Amino acid sequence: MTNEVSAPVPLGLLAELTHRCPLGCPYCSNPLVLDRRDDEIDTVTWARVFREASALGVLQVHLSGGEPAARRDLPEIVRASREAGLYSNLITSAVGLTPHTLAVLADAGLDHVQVSIQDSDEASADTIAGYRGASARKHAIAKEVVRLGLPLTVNMVVHRANIGRIGSMVELALSLGASRVEIAHVQYYGWALKNRAALMPTREQVDLAVAEVDMLRKQHRGRIVIDAVVPDYYARFPKPCLGGWGRRSLNVTPAGKVLPCHAAEVIPGLEFWNVRGHSLAEIWRDSPAFRAFRGTDWMQEPCRSCARRDQDFGGCRCQAFLIAGDAGATDPVCHLSPKHALVGQLAEAREEAAYTYRTT
Amino acid sequence: MEGPALHLSGDARPRLPRGVRLMHSEAQGGWVLLAPERVFKADNITVEILKRCTGTATLDAIVDDLAKAFTAPRERIHADVVKLLGSLADKKLLEVD
Repeated sequence: MTNEVSAPVPLGLLAELTHRCPLGCPYCSNPLVLDRRDDEIDTVTWARVFREASALGVLQVHLSGGEPAARRDLPEIVRASREAGLYSNLITSAVGLTPHTLAVLADAGLDHVQVSIQDSDEASADTIAGYRGASARKHAIAKEVVRLGLPLTVNMVVHRANIGRIGSMVELALSLGASRVEIAHVQYYGWALKNRAALMPTREQVDLAVAEVDMLRKQHRGRIVIDAVVPDYYARFPKPCLGGWGRRSLNVTPAGKVLPCHAAEVIPGLEFWNVRGHSLAEIWRDSPAFRAFRGTDWMQEPCRSCARRDQDFGGCRCQAFLIAGDAGATDPVCHLSPKHALVGQLAEAREEAAYTYRTT
Repeated sequence: MEGPALHLSGDARPRLPRGVRLMHSEAQGGWVLLAPERVFKADNITVEILKRCTGTATLDAIVDDLAKAFTAPRERIHADVVKLLGSLADKKLLEVD
């Protein structure tokens, strides 16, 4: 490249501690080929990654997975993130997490817990998770989070089977003591892409859901924060994926590979570096994968001359590859993309099919 | 736009709840308020107000202290403080004892 784009200062680190998980959610954001337990980086390496992240300017670490509680060294990992000066956020299914472990994590300095709940209807939730009894355990652990004085976010992933229950999902989050709830429409990558026809809601359902969230926000103002992740197949403009490629966040896989976003490995030809061989600062600044779509020099038309190019950054590179077949193209979700009609066709290709559950 | 949902009396004792931390970051170029999955840049006025939200000082005491420290009219400071704390409470970033 002729024009150097200097590396900005990152804010967040998504630490995928493991891909192991007891649940089988058909929209799991993990890749179809999962990292094996034998390949997971160890406690000491995570502690180094956290120190390097903090030195780079990262403020928050999101401890995720898979199910992070599947790692026995989770308390040491939380402690290491705190010692590195990071704000720690545990993103958990709550299955596999005990009240005892939770208390240890709280003592280790954990700042916040996000518990995923698959539906407000318990039977439906267990079906979606592919795990009987998951709901009851999740509710119990969520209440325990609040009892320990930790702030709780409930994450509700929304799709065709549960999109009519957003109001009761927010009620459930309130009853568990959550201060924040995420209404996250499925994003179609990884396992969700595999299950797209079975998960995709109709446009009418999505319009109703968006209006309902607006109403619920007003109704519950000051009681609970409602954040929504928009369903982008029905949008006019693309989402500004992670606030720009290699601009605000980075993702470390269980095996130590550093990605600009969790889905980035679907893009062919990108060279990712591993924390086993490089410092995080080197990877952030110089690794080919981070430099590939940083800034705006890589853009094609219509992005290149678009007034919104510094606002949505051309949308999602992974989606551009997955739908338009070119990771450097405009995200086809954008109505200005020449491939935009494809997105509508894909959204219409709904099918009452059984889920392909995530396997471990 | 409606006013904040929170009504603060003079003897209210505001504080940042667990999971909300004010921090200085050299790399980010100043003060930041860290919250559940969110980060806010904090300007100097916000920092001065939040440093005083300890859970022991009352709203009246906080306003008096700021008025003295910045030799500014009390009513003006009171309005700024109530506005900031109200917007933080809306975002669940503030608790009041």
